[in-house]
Amino acid sequence: MRRMAEYRLEVNGDSLDVSAPDHWTLLEVLRYRLALTGSKQGCDKGDCGACTVLVDGKPWLACLTLARSVVGRRITTIEGLLPAHRANGGSGADPVQAAFDRCGALQCGFCQPGMILSAKALLAKTPQPTRDEMREALSGNLCRCTGYTQIFEAIESAVASELGLKPAARAWGAPPVSCAARKDGGA
Amino acid sequence: MLRLPQFELVQPSTVAEAVRALAECPGALVVAGGTDLVPNLKHELFTPPRVVSLALLAELRGIRRENDGSLVIGAMTPLAEVAESELVRAQAPALAQACSLIAGPQLRSMGTLGGNVMLDTRCQWYNQTYFWRAALGFCMKKDGTECHVVKGGRTCVAAASNDSAPALMTLGASLEIATASGKRTLALDDFWVADGIYNKQVARDEIVTAIRVPATGAGHRGAYGKLRDRGSIDFPLLGVAVRLELDAQDTVAQADVVITALAAQPKRITKVAEALAGTKPGTAAFDAAVEAVGALAHKQCKPLPNIPGDADYRREMVPVYVRRTLQAAARREGPVHHV
Repeated sequence: MRRMAEYRLEVNGDSLDVSAPDHWTLLEVLRYRLALTGSKQGCDKGDCGACTVLVDGKPWLACLTLARSVVGRRITTIEGLLPAHRANGGSGADPVQAAFDRCGALQCGFCQPGMILSAKALLAKTPQPTRDEMREALSGNLCRCTGYTQIFEAIESAVASELGLKPAARAWGAPPVSCAARKDGGA
Repeated sequence: MLRLPQFELVQPSTVAEAVRALAECPGALVVAGGTDLVPNLKHELFTPPRVVSLALLAELRGIRRENDGSLVIGAMTPLAEVAESELVRAQAPALAQACSLIAGPQLRSMGTLGGNVMLDTRCQWYNQTYFWRAALGFCMKKDGTECHVVKGGRTCVAAASNDSAPALMTLGASLEIATASGKRTLALDDFWVADGIYNKQVARDEIVTAIRVPATGAGHRGAYGKLRDRGSIDFPLLGVAVRLELDAQDTVAQADVVITALAAQPKRITKVAEALAGTKPGTAAFDAAVEAVGALAHKQCKPLPNIPGDADYRREMVPVYVRRTLQAAARREGPVHHV
C-alpha cells in the first residue's frame, strides 16, 4: 500500500486535514482531496496559469507546487473569494468576480479562476493599475478564446466600482459597463 | 494530465539536516521553488527516490548588505523579491532586470534565485514528455547516446537558460555552498562545465545557500536584454548581460558582456573592455565602440538548433541585443526586450 502523508493546509481560511502521497501537487490535493475544483488543470506544467491560486497573497501555480511544501501558508482559491468578501461585510459577489461577470470577460471560462486570482494579487499591490501593469500581471495566464480585452475591461470596471469612479470607455465603441448595471452585483 | 513520479518528500528545517538528507540517499534531488524540477519530474527526466525540499528553510531567504558593501542574497529568495529589491536595483541593476524578465509573475513568486542559478540546461530534444522522447529516439542527455542537435556530436550542447547567471557573472558574484563536510564558496565564473548533461561544479548532494554580489561604485552601470518568443513565460532565446564601469570623467574604464542561451555555459565576449575603454557614453566614439562590440559578439556566438527559435535568426539578433543592452546600461535604463 502506498504511504500517505498526513498534514494540514490552510485553504480559504479553513484549516483542513489532508492525507495524500508525497508526490501529489497542491492542485491534485485541492481538486481530488478537498473537492475544490475551481482551480483548473490545464497544461499541468507551468505554462498556462489555469491553476493559479494565491499563497500568502502571491500568485502561485498549484500544478508545480508540492502540496506539503505550502504547509503553514495561507492558500486562497477561487472558491475563497466570495466567503472572504462576505466576511468583510461585502454584499453580492467579490468585486473582481462581479466585474468579470458584468463585462463578459470569458468565453469558455476555463482560464477565468486563474485570471481572477492574478487580478486579485495585482489589485492588492496596485489598486489603480494601468493597462501595461495589467498586461504584465496577467502575462502568466493564457486565454485560448482570445478574450483579453474584456478581461482588462473587467479589471478596470472592478477598480471603478470599488473606488466609485466612472468606468473607462470600452473597446470597439461599446458603451461603458455601468457599475450599477446589475443591482445584484452579478452574484 | 501530467503526474509526478512517486518519491519520498523530505522537508528539513535546517541546512545541516538538508545536507544529511541528501547524503544518506543516493540519487536524491534538491527542490527549491520547484518551477524547473517539477516539470522535469513530470516529464520523467528524473525519477529520484527522494526529493529534499528547502521550502521550510527561512534562514535561506532574504537580501542583506554586508559591511563591505556586498549583497548577500539567500538562495531561497523569490525571484520577484530580487527583481523588486531597492538594494539590488541600485547596486546590481543587471541582476534585478534579469530576474524581472524570468518566466511570468506566478513563476517569479515561486522560483528562487538559487534555483535559477542551478537551473537544468534546456534542449528541444530533452524538455519533452517520455512519450515524445521515446517516439523520436532518446538523446545523450537522457536515456540515449546520440545528439540530435549536432550530428555525431560527442558533447551535450543543451543550453544554459538561466537569466540570472550571466548577470551574476558580469557582477563577479560567487556562491556559498553547504556540503556534507562543511561550507565552500565558488565564483560564478568557475561554476561551469562545458557539458550540457550537467553543466555545474556543484554536486547533486550540495546545496547553494546564498549568492554573494560584490559592492559596486557610483560608476557602475548594468543592464540585461532578453530575446524570447512572447513577452512572458518563455525561457530566453538569447540573454545578454552587460556591465560598464565609468571613471570620474564618465568614460568607460571597464566593460563586460556575457551572453546565455547558446550552449551549456554562458559565453563571455572577449576584447569588449579594449573596444569600449576610454569612450564616453553619448558620444559618437562610444556608439562606434558599441557597434564594434556587437560585431565581436556576432563573430564569437554561434547559436545552435538546441532550443526553439531559428538558430540563424538568434545569431543575427546577437549584435542587436548587445548594442541595445549596452546603450541601455549607459543611459541607466533597461531591461531590453521586444514587448
